[in-house]
Amino acid sequence: MLPVLADLFPNGATRYAVGGLFVATGIAVVYVGTAIIPGNSTVLESTLSYVSDLPRLDRPAYVTSRDWRVVFALSIVAGGALWGLVLDPGTFHTDVQWWRLLGGGVLVGIGTRVGKGCTAGHGVCGIGSVSRTSIVNVALFVGVAILTAMAVGAAGVTP
Amino acid sequence: MSDGRHPLFYPLIVVGGVIQGFGLAYSGMARPEVVLEFLQFEDFGLLLVMGGAAAVSGVTFVVVPRVLDGAPLTGDPHGRRIRSMDRDVVVGGVVFGVGWGISGICPGAAYASLGVGNVEILWAVAGMFLGAYVQAYWRAHRSAPRTATPTTSD
Repeated sequence: MLPVLADLFPNGATRYAVGGLFVATGIAVVYVGTAIIPGNSTVLESTLSYVSDLPRLDRPAYVTSRDWRVVFALSIVAGGALWGLVLDPGTFHTDVQWWRLLGGGVLVGIGTRVGKGCTAGHGVCGIGSVSRTSIVNVALFVGVAILTAMAVGAAGVTP
Repeated sequence: MSDGRHPLFYPLIVVGGVIQGFGLAYSGMARPEVVLEFLQFEDFGLLLVMGGAAAVSGVTFVVVPRVLDGAPLTGDPHGRRIRSMDRDVVVGGVVFGVGWGISGICPGAAYASLGVGNVEILWAVAGMFLGAYVQAYWRAHRSAPRTATPTTSD
């Protein structure tokens, strides 16, 4: 590999590119068969509609899609297990501290619902659709996330 | 789930989800550490995951509508993913970015992370559900008084 590429991708580039190809293939399989463009964050709200009658949650769009969205999310879990537990056995455990996961998770949950999409919905499907809305959203969340991660790192929080 | 769907609808959802989850785990994106390394410019691999997936999806969204006259399992026309632009898109993007930068985790990657045995990620999954509920609760109670007393001015 060229030295500059080795600097940018110290762990190689192949697994990232191949992984991205699989992500796109999973989306394409659902899209070709159903015309549905499946994001990964609507399942948060649609699943909450099983147990909550808040007007924001108890909407036809969620009630009619909540079954397949749960199935899709659980299938993503299964797909992760297919690689992480079967083909490349050995469980992974993050060292990132619990309060970062919980606190960051809350903000991700709020942000994805307010902003109408997540890394999959806006970042992959929206950018793939050349949607101006998604380009704005992704530019913002990537930029803000870089600043945030740099700031957290500079504050001495590791990991 | 006898909701009048085509018999192959759910099997296809499962296949699509498994392939995507496999990709998220294989790429390393299911590990918060890999995301945080990207965000701190230590490894740009994540650009290939997201950018590569977006590029391939872009080709899919252009080619499929020209080849197929509606989806075989639903009959629905193939479109693109377009959302309306408003202030929420900006606010949501910023909030999402802070959360992603703190945790290194996003919804799809969190599900795949659970699959690779990373039970610690349940903190993040719980947080995301909590955040989605807080947002829905806040929306409901913010808009209710406004419709109840529309003429209030202060």
